[in-house]
Amino acid sequence: MNVVSLAKEPAAKSLAEARADFPILGQRVHGRPLVFLDSAASAQKPRAVIAAMVETMETQYANVHRGLHWMSERTTEAYEAARRAAARVLNAREAEEIVFVRNSTEAINLVAHSYGRGVLRAGQAVLISEMEHHSNIVPWQLLREARGTELRVAPVSDAGELDLETFERLLGDGKVGLVAITHMSNVLGTVTPAGRIVRMAHAAGARVLLDGSQAIVHRPVDVQALDADFYVFTGHKLYGPTGIGVLWARRELLERMPPFLGGGEMISEVTFERSTWATVPHKFEAGTPAIIEAIGLGAAIRYVEEIGYPAITAHEAALTGHALARLASIPGLRVLGQAEDRGGVVSFTLERVHAHDVATLLDRSGIAVRAGHHCAEPLMRRFGVDSTARASFALYTTMGEIDALAEALAKVREFFR
Amino acid sequence: MFDDLAELYQDVILEHSKRPRHGQRLACFDADAKGDNPMCGDRVQLFVRHAADGRIEDVGFEARGCAISVASADLMAEVLRGRTDEEARQMAEKFRELARTGKLAEGAAGAADEALETLQPLAGVHGYPSRVKCATLPWHALIAALQGRKEAGSE
Repeated sequence: MNVVSLAKEPAAKSLAEARADFPILGQRVHGRPLVFLDSAASAQKPRAVIAAMVETMETQYANVHRGLHWMSERTTEAYEAARRAAARVLNAREAEEIVFVRNSTEAINLVAHSYGRGVLRAGQAVLISEMEHHSNIVPWQLLREARGTELRVAPVSDAGELDLETFERLLGDGKVGLVAITHMSNVLGTVTPAGRIVRMAHAAGARVLLDGSQAIVHRPVDVQALDADFYVFTGHKLYGPTGIGVLWARRELLERMPPFLGGGEMISEVTFERSTWATVPHKFEAGTPAIIEAIGLGAAIRYVEEIGYPAITAHEAALTGHALARLASIPGLRVLGQAEDRGGVVSFTLERVHAHDVATLLDRSGIAVRAGHHCAEPLMRRFGVDSTARASFALYTTMGEIDALAEALAKVREFFR
Repeated sequence: MFDDLAELYQDVILEHSKRPRHGQRLACFDADAKGDNPMCGDRVQLFVRHAADGRIEDVGFEARGCAISVASADLMAEVLRGRTDEEARQMAEKFRELARTGKLAEGAAGAADEALETLQPLAGVHGYPSRVKCATLPWHALIAALQGRKEAGSE
């Protein structure tokens, strides 16, 4: 995909209007209009999400699946509607394949605990990539210590793409039981060839978990077309609230997996001798869930569906192309990763200026970026850097904001000369 | 454009961050410690050599970090020479106060007073809550080194 050729102001009027749906974007920071380029860390929330959560609390709030009364029934219906929305946005076969969790980190830990300890055996391997977020590294290290599974890492090329040849070789001995890989890098913006990854893994007898924390914000996801086994994402990056995320898994896998947490909601019958488990997905939702947050996530998904992925993808491709072109003209600025297929995340270093200093100076210009290792230390090491600054784009980002970033960066360079 | 940043990035700080005078491992040292800020990836490795009379004779460091943390390490190395460990600890206390509040604690006395004048340019970090830990990281490493610990966390 040649994103640079798309670098003109997108015509989509609906997106220009959409910006007005995010009240926070009217704020000023240090006396300047807010330029929020840190959406990959957490996205801002549209009024539809805020209103859905407030309305729930003001008009119908009660616990779910418990009370035989009007409030509880209404709230249960809204909570389950959010589950259906999550199933729809992933094109899952059925809503029962959606497990609500706190975030992607919890979803991956759930799989590592339940599938990893319950199904994988010592001597089997988990294969990840060099560009994983810590949340898709550490749970597998914990599993390795607990169960004696091996952890294998597929390398990333200089361009920031998955080295598919080595990836396939690492699958070669048939020991890999699970491939756990990002669908889009939170540092490089690289969109991984998930369909091919799944085909290669399945051919080698391995299941596949895709970390869609970033991908689902920028691309339509179809877990059936991908033929994936597990897919995880978090609500707060998809314009929803914090505290709610999604684990999707094939029903037969969820049914085979032992529970993760024990408690209320997840049981069928409890005696002091033994307990039996509820059916999926409730088996994995112990305790009172994040009800209001789930309803907020449902509203966020409906909001994204209204705008539509084609418009979002085209808009972000245009923004990314424009950003890469503008940043390329700043001397001493190096962008990490030049993947062919990439989303709206651009990490960079500036010669002789540490990323934190870049971030502080940009902040004083009203521009919010993230600086640091982005919870991907092994990837930082791979590219020989300690930290980077990262600008990330969302459906509400404008070309003018990219220009503001480029102009401010040129001044940062001057400041530290 | 960055006029309001002059208090944080004073010339002294920019100068020390670009050309630190003590930014190398000492050939010979008797105490050392690593300071790590895992949230942002800043790291400083500190080397201290004491003279026969127990006073600090030389301090060197290897740092990877922002302008603030490097300048702070360099200024710290400068003011520590000739101090006893106890004086160094008192300075660390006072510096942390300076970084957090922008002001010196009551009763700053004696040797610490002069030293804190040298460190004064770093007082600007108090207006940047997320950057205070950049300035204090080398001092945490110092305390760890003087206590014989090899590693220090940040705040």
